[in-house]
Amino acid sequence: MFGYSMGDIGNIMVMQGFSGLSMFTVLLLMALGLAIIFGQMGVINMAHGEFMTIGAYTTVMLSKFAVQYNIVNYYFIFAIILAFVIAFAFGYFIEFIMIRHLYKRPLDTLLATWGLSLVMQQTFRSCFGAKEVSAELPEWLLGSFKPTPDIDIPINGVFVMGLALIVTAGVYIFMYRSRWGLRVRATVQNRVMAGAVGINTKKVDRVTFALGCGIAGIAGAAFTTIASTGPTTGTLYIVDSFMVVVFGGAASIMGTIASAFGIAQAQSILQFFMTSSMGKVSTLLVIVAILMVKPEGLFASKLRK
Amino acid sequence: MNAISNKLLGGKQGAIGLALLAVLVFVVLPIGVDIFRLNLVGKYLTYAFVAVSLVLLWGNGGILSLGQGIFFGLGGYGMAMFLKLEASDPISTKIQTTPGIPDFMDWNQITSLPWFWEPFKSLPLTIIAILVIPALFAYIIGFAMFKRRVGGVYFAIITQAIALILSILIVGQQGYTGGVNGITDLRTMLGWDIRTDSAKYILYYVNGGLLFACILLSRYILSSKLGMLLLAMRDKEERVRFSGYDVSNFKIFIFCVSAMISAIGGAMFILQVGFMSPSLVGIVPSIEMVIFAAVGGRMSLIGAVYGTLLVNYGKTVFSETYPELWLFLMGGLFIAVVMFFPNGLAGVYEKYAKKFKFLRKFSEVTPSKATEIAKKNDATPANDIKEIGAKA
Repeated sequence: MFGYSMGDIGNIMVMQGFSGLSMFTVLLLMALGLAIIFGQMGVINMAHGEFMTIGAYTTVMLSKFAVQYNIVNYYFIFAIILAFVIAFAFGYFIEFIMIRHLYKRPLDTLLATWGLSLVMQQTFRSCFGAKEVSAELPEWLLGSFKPTPDIDIPINGVFVMGLALIVTAGVYIFMYRSRWGLRVRATVQNRVMAGAVGINTKKVDRVTFALGCGIAGIAGAAFTTIASTGPTTGTLYIVDSFMVVVFGGAASIMGTIASAFGIAQAQSILQFFMTSSMGKVSTLLVIVAILMVKPEGLFASKLRK
Repeated sequence: MNAISNKLLGGKQGAIGLALLAVLVFVVLPIGVDIFRLNLVGKYLTYAFVAVSLVLLWGNGGILSLGQGIFFGLGGYGMAMFLKLEASDPISTKIQTTPGIPDFMDWNQITSLPWFWEPFKSLPLTIIAILVIPALFAYIIGFAMFKRRVGGVYFAIITQAIALILSILIVGQQGYTGGVNGITDLRTMLGWDIRTDSAKYILYYVNGGLLFACILLSRYILSSKLGMLLLAMRDKEERVRFSGYDVSNFKIFIFCVSAMISAIGGAMFILQVGFMSPSLVGIVPSIEMVIFAAVGGRMSLIGAVYGTLLVNYGKTVFSETYPELWLFLMGGLFIAVVMFFPNGLAGVYEKYAKKFKFLRKFSEVTPSKATEIAKKNDATPANDIKEIGAKA
């Protein structure tokens, strides 16, 4: 749909814009998880990329299993669910043994989770090998559809877009339309009062953190449809995702969507006009410059601190 | 006179700690290990500059910069550019299409020296650039961030992003910076061959001397009123601001000083190792340098040096024998230090040194004491304000 509106600029722009969209979806899914963890809880999770990698490896493993039993066409839905569940469970566990002891020291959480990410990367390397692996995609995800003879839109990209939209809607409903979300927001706003009215704030923390990790797992499952997975895949996206969250305004879902879209498209389009490294550099530079002028991000919720 | 030496050395305890470190660096290590290993130690000690700068910035100022690699890299590239220009005189580069410019520029079809390389033809200008450019860069970043009261995790994330930008930029602009290979093949400084054993010994001692000078400077800063203010800002920033201090100026100042110290480390790195590469600028080395300081004790200047030596020694030993184990250990170290020993080696030392009466004198003022003071102050806020006010 975005491709259509860009149609008049030229087919190349459409394709470039679309490759930006695939990046947008991965960034968005990564950043949604981070926005929950960082925006709501103030915890910096440097291992977030590795939670994404967990999801990706889960999908790859499941696809191998599916190839064996000849159910390649159906496994992907289960892979997404399983990626979420495994990343969620692992996040729950990590919150319990590590994060909850560090809530009062946000900078230390950053260092500890960086350590965690090193350990996880090496675990992936030991378990799955240093080589990049890719999932066996079901047939209905392969190929592309052509609205005009010159434009080629890959179906997996469209699928990932759809997935991202569903997850975003899900997060929105969870955060703003459910009892759980109410508890999460109450805890963020005033922990002591939330506890006083009977909310189990510790449990809220744990579920919130685990949920963010679970969404990173879904990002990983989506990632396997557009690229192959290696032990250090997650680290490539971590700085970008943090920039998305900070740029968008930490606690705002709309801001996260807008900034993920802006950053992904800017990088993708600039990379076409300049070299790929200069495209990335100029995008990041602009973001840093804007953040220096407007440190609270684009869509900051106005809170009294 | 006595007062100044007290400030520089940190009293009797600090002087003894410093003397022990000096004996280790200047006597024990040069005698105990061969020149190859000593050169490695020298390389580690250049990282210790960054660790010391982080003690100032992070341990005492509460500002975590994940971009100290930027300044280490700026200092390093400055020195490397000077040495590279010297190595590429017209005679030794006469086989190139354009003689007299560094080889990687020639490979990238650049026909004249870029303007920002020009100042690095002279050593005095290079040394000025090594000190001033990082400080200026830190001033711009610090001014933009601290004046708008951006701090804590946001500052960490943005400095990290800047480190990423700089490393991508260096890799991308191959013709101007040597790209991913970095600047290699550095041989002489003003005609003096830096690769001989005697030069390595001399550079090791120069490096050690500069490190001690930086430690003394840091200690002087920390024992002055500014040091007190830094601690106060770390623990209760608002209260310091309400007492009438312009918090951001102090933060900018300490950020600039830490950038300069890191840059000196970077320059010394080049002289001892003989090459510069963008892998020393990016995110990973910047965070690793934080762990050096954390292992040594984020509050202890001397601890930071020990921490750097220890972690790097471990890295060398393990990555030689069990490379796959090293990442586990490094990650584990991060987690363990943060969760169980937030004050690092110095904290552990402080805790156990108390058991032995004769050692007690040696122990430095470590965070346990500082936090005790802070706690006491918390209990009586009125006193606190009066104290700071009286100092003003």
